[in-house]
Amino acid sequence: MAKRKEIAKLLAMLTLGGVVGAAMMSLLAPRSGQETRTRLKGQGAKLIDKVKSARPQATQSLNVKRISNWGNYPRVEVEFNEFEDIATLRKLVVQAQNVIARGNGRCYGDSALAPQVISTLRYNKFLAFDDKQGVIHCQAGVLLSEILEVIVPRGWFLPVTPGTKLITVGGAIASDVHGKSQHKAGNFSDHVLEIALMLGDGAAVTCSKGQNADLFWTTCGGMGLTGVVLNAKLRLIPVETAYIYQESIKARNLDEMMNLFEQSEAWTYSVAWIDFLAAGPQLGRGFLMRGEHARVSELQKEAHKQNPLLTKSARSVNVPLYFPEFALNKWSMKLFNTLLYGMHPNRRVESIEDYNKFFYPLDVIANWNRIYGKRGFTQYQFILPKQESRAGLIKILHKIQEAGFAPFLTVLKLYDKQNNYLPFAMKGYSLALDFPITAGLFAFLDELDEIVLEHGGRLYLTKDVRMNKQMFMQSYPNVEQFIERVKGLNHGSKFRSFQSDRVGLTR
Amino acid sequence: MKHVLILGATSDIAKALAHKFAAQGFHAILAARKAERLQETATDIKIRHNVTVEVVEFDALDYAGHTAFYEALAAKPEVAICVFGYLGEQKMAQANFTEAHQIIDTNYTAAMSILEIIAADFEQRRAGTIIGISSVAGDRGRQSNYIYGSAKAAFSTYLAGLRNRLAKSNVHVLTVKPGFVRTKMTATLPLPGPVTAKPEQVAADVFKAFQKNNNEIYTLWVWRYLMFLIRNIPEPVFKRLRL
Repeated sequence: MAKRKEIAKLLAMLTLGGVVGAAMMSLLAPRSGQETRTRLKGQGAKLIDKVKSARPQATQSLNVKRISNWGNYPRVEVEFNEFEDIATLRKLVVQAQNVIARGNGRCYGDSALAPQVISTLRYNKFLAFDDKQGVIHCQAGVLLSEILEVIVPRGWFLPVTPGTKLITVGGAIASDVHGKSQHKAGNFSDHVLEIALMLGDGAAVTCSKGQNADLFWTTCGGMGLTGVVLNAKLRLIPVETAYIYQESIKARNLDEMMNLFEQSEAWTYSVAWIDFLAAGPQLGRGFLMRGEHARVSELQKEAHKQNPLLTKSARSVNVPLYFPEFALNKWSMKLFNTLLYGMHPNRRVESIEDYNKFFYPLDVIANWNRIYGKRGFTQYQFILPKQESRAGLIKILHKIQEAGFAPFLTVLKLYDKQNNYLPFAMKGYSLALDFPITAGLFAFLDELDEIVLEHGGRLYLTKDVRMNKQMFMQSYPNVEQFIERVKGLNHGSKFRSFQSDRVGLTR
Repeated sequence: MKHVLILGATSDIAKALAHKFAAQGFHAILAARKAERLQETATDIKIRHNVTVEVVEFDALDYAGHTAFYEALAAKPEVAICVFGYLGEQKMAQANFTEAHQIIDTNYTAAMSILEIIAADFEQRRAGTIIGISSVAGDRGRQSNYIYGSAKAAFSTYLAGLRNRLAKSNVHVLTVKPGFVRTKMTATLPLPGPVTAKPEQVAADVFKAFQKNNNEIYTLWVWRYLMFLIRNIPEPVFKRLRL
């Protein structure tokens, strides 16, 4: 009930802010919406042409579907195929020319978009669960949410989970996803014991850290360019309860925030929300949340103690329609951020949260991406080396405030290194900013790229939709080695996405 | 320990039903021809729902083997669902009696044969539920699939009679009439989205009807009203329509 109230409050704030903002927008900049629409239409048309020309003539009428990933941009027509068995997949892979595997479409941009898309969603069976050792073996299309439903009641948990559980195992491996535990537990692939993969010639191969190790590390975080993940064995961690002991602490500025992160390095989970609009001495204010899996003795409610591994299924709400584009604007976001910061008490707040609320607060709002409207949104997530983080973060926050582009959610986290060929993570701070796609945004993000590059940082491919080749090549360390290895596997760049072409990983 | 027996377990509707009942704590017995095809599905259901799943060989058209099949079951079910069916090809069935025969035998004769055996057991135990997956196609004959439709009509009538007979024995019979369902069987047909169900929706509707002891359901629910209209078009008009 409390959650529903919170959501209602949030929606009410957004609506109020939207109305106020829209009124001011229409007075101040009556034609900005029109320009954006025209510009985006132009860009969209260009992409559609690109897809049409790349698709083989014979298949033009087959299974054509208009899809986009989580950011709702770009939205393109692709040849879309599904499979339930290996024989069907083999036929698809062997015939394909410009293809990428796609799970639940939760990457934000075009990582899982190509002229031909093979969806793994119907290839979703569990193969084995060893509840003594904590190992689960499943096909690539199984969602992390489905794994949690199986393992949590029996005392196990995923060692690494991102902020949504609505992603597939295949996607988690291809993006080598991470979560609030990155600084301690590393990335998803660090806990993958074995992967079965279909290569471009239709051969199915198995790889792990011990066997075909090079293929394993090229596939982990390889953005789907080595083939289609068939199934994987995952190592789990034992838990006593389905709950998290959480502490939430307010930080009045960036220095306090960074200190809190340093002090929280021993905690399994940590993440912070930042009020990006706070300026001057308050720059970087927000609150940090840190957590540990709760022990039975830490549970307070009798009902929880009785069934420590069971949680009530959260009631979910849906965003049934795309919000009008004026709903999220500078003023509504300012209002939202100020209220969010103001509502948090000035002290440390301890609580016991069910794991869904701690890890996946947004999953209870189905289709929350629609609040950005039909224009879509993107997430600009960058990371900076630790010694450069403070200076770089301040520069970027200033730049955003000056430019007047308003990100909606701003998330800060301290990371540690990552183990594959295309690692996003390094020891340092990452900031993730959600921007509705508006006119001039991409040019502005190009400017931010320069600051990120200057400080030795890089951008997260899974959230990206616009980074250029130069930025990518200069910021990622082992790109040449990766390309060399993929060339050997990827029959004439058979596996490719719009993103891999754009940043120069293929073509 | 409640068990659900699913006859014809390789179809998409059958698999969805197995998942639905297993999610509610039923142990599943999956019966089908070439049952080894179901091993992966069985493992999946076992892991997802923490129940036991047994896979058994069952050939609907081998009437002589039906009694032995049922007697060999290690655990007798509380719920038996007859899902198997054969859509066939109407044009081919008109020209070729073998095809017509197979449609009639699979959808009616075989279902009747195995359900009589199960009904006798349930009647004697004075408990249990029999669920028959029939079809809206049985509600009125149409030129596009009247051979399939007439077999399903016979099956629906059979279920109604069985319900009447078993009512006094505390055995419940549920007739399910799906409209369009997006499955392997209909993968090549252009089905209208708004009235086409996913197998999971059919399974959810069936389970709800099972809990409520309904006698007959349509799924999706709009089909009850669509079929009411179709049944009530006067024959002189209906015979001229292209349906």
